[in-house]
Amino acid sequence: MITMAKQGDWVKIHSVVLEPFERAKNLPEDTKKVPLEMWINGFLKKNGEINDIVEITTLSGRTVSGKLVEINPRYTHDFGDPVPELLKIGPILKKQLEKGSA
Amino acid sequence: MYEDVIKRKNEIIQKAVGIDYSKFEIEGIAFDYDRMMKEVSYTIEEIRKIQSETQVGNTPLVELKNLTKLVRKVSKPGKGARIFLKDEAANPSGSFKDRRASVSVYHAKNHGYKGVIAATSGNYGAAVASQAAKYGLRSIIVQETFDSNHVGQPEILEKGRACEAYGAEVVQLTVGPELFYYTLKLLDETGYFNASLYTPFGIAGIETLGYEIANQVKSRYGKFPDVVLVTHAGGGNVTGTARGLKKAGAVDTKVVGVSVDLRGLHMASDHDFNRKSFTTGHTGFGIPFSAYPDRVDVPRNAARSLRYLDRYVLVTQGEVFFTTEALAQIEGMMRGPAGNTSLTAALSIAREMDEDQMIVVQETEYTGAGKIPSAQLTFAKKMGITVKNGDSIKEDVPGKVIAIPENVEQIGIIEYSLENLKKSYVKEAMKAYGKQKFSAAEMKFMAEDTNSNLEQIEKNIEEVSKDGKA
Repeated sequence: MITMAKQGDWVKIHSVVLEPFERAKNLPEDTKKVPLEMWINGFLKKNGEINDIVEITTLSGRTVSGKLVEINPRYTHDFGDPVPELLKIGPILKKQLEKGSA
Repeated sequence: MYEDVIKRKNEIIQKAVGIDYSKFEIEGIAFDYDRMMKEVSYTIEEIRKIQSETQVGNTPLVELKNLTKLVRKVSKPGKGARIFLKDEAANPSGSFKDRRASVSVYHAKNHGYKGVIAATSGNYGAAVASQAAKYGLRSIIVQETFDSNHVGQPEILEKGRACEAYGAEVVQLTVGPELFYYTLKLLDETGYFNASLYTPFGIAGIETLGYEIANQVKSRYGKFPDVVLVTHAGGGNVTGTARGLKKAGAVDTKVVGVSVDLRGLHMASDHDFNRKSFTTGHTGFGIPFSAYPDRVDVPRNAARSLRYLDRYVLVTQGEVFFTTEALAQIEGMMRGPAGNTSLTAALSIAREMDEDQMIVVQETEYTGAGKIPSAQLTFAKKMGITVKNGDSIKEDVPGKVIAIPENVEQIGIIEYSLENLKKSYVKEAMKAYGKQKFSAAEMKFMAEDTNSNLEQIEKNIEEVSKDGKA
């Protein structure tokens, strides 16, 4: 894995916005225990290494600093697996539509 | 740091939306809603022009003949209303939210703002980013994306990708209402316009949707639709659509709100966050925002659904997945799934209605990676949710079981009493304003705000006081 990023590379940074004790009142117990974390993508301002605190220029033109966590960050969502519980629906409905309409 | 920013909330918001809300205040809970809607925003003719210049609106109205046919096969003789779908996915960024964004971004541009900011994990982000691109403004979208294990909700990850594709900076946060705090900080730092979902601009932008539906149906069939089904979350979709229908003269058309039933899941819970397959259009917004509209990021919410709802029904997650699959398989339209919430209810409500009656489902949304049912259900299984076929109304348990029907006959709805919602409204008002007695002006406002009368408000206050003592 590449851990060095060059100036101008598209990267993802991470930071903690609020520690648990700084968070809003009236949060559910599970949320209260964890910090409010943030990730932002942008162009790296100076060469840096994974885990370094770096500065980026975001797509809106802001300068934001945080820990460098990913270089050329991937979009991880996909179409998932075929779902048998859904796949059976089409044939059932088509058969129902055909019935009595011949 | 948190408290300091929250304390400056009113000052920051006033600058970031450019609306002096104090002009419309009457007293306590009461404010002049009609005057605010009239004075702050634009006329429907102006909005139609604004929207046509950015290719927003004028979307096709499609008759779903195969779904109607299926519904009639399981209905009593003579029953089974015609079902129509307003294909809002045809908007530039793929949902009705472009209507909302178009007016806000136009206004921001004309008032010299250099950029726009919106706090949203939904389609609205892409809509704001897309409109900002058209007007040459910068945009920042703040999303609640991950749980504390850095696991992202696939649908929200997709919306983040879309925002970035339209050139927006995307701020991805973990679960929690402090998203609002960070948004305030950004507004303060950048001086950008707050493209809140709840300003009069956002709501007026949706009025064209109701207006178009009324006119499309009237010009084609010589009468207005009998029922319009609206996916209900924060209340903007219901409010804007209903106002647009009325402005077009469709005053007898019934407006039915539909939400996905996620009761039992806590919207601010780190654990529950990734155990829901719908990130909008659900009861986690629909119920609280109806009962207490002013809980939003502007002093007065322009979305006030109880004024406009004739009926409110819920559907299950499994039912919406079924409907999404059916729409693709027998109507050839791959959309949703969250945007198919009200279509799901249509499959049940059409059975109550006569064959010559017409239902319009007022939205669709684009679909794709992360959003499509296979993506959501694969994720649900990974999060330990049981996915199976079955009687959804009986077996679906939010956060635990998704039961997917296998035919239209199994599609049902859960009635949510508007009377109960109106009582909750009074309860929330008493809590928010810390009192049990309201002035005559306040009582009149509450009656208007819930589409009820003074006697009902008095009765609800009495009952809530009694419940509190019990």
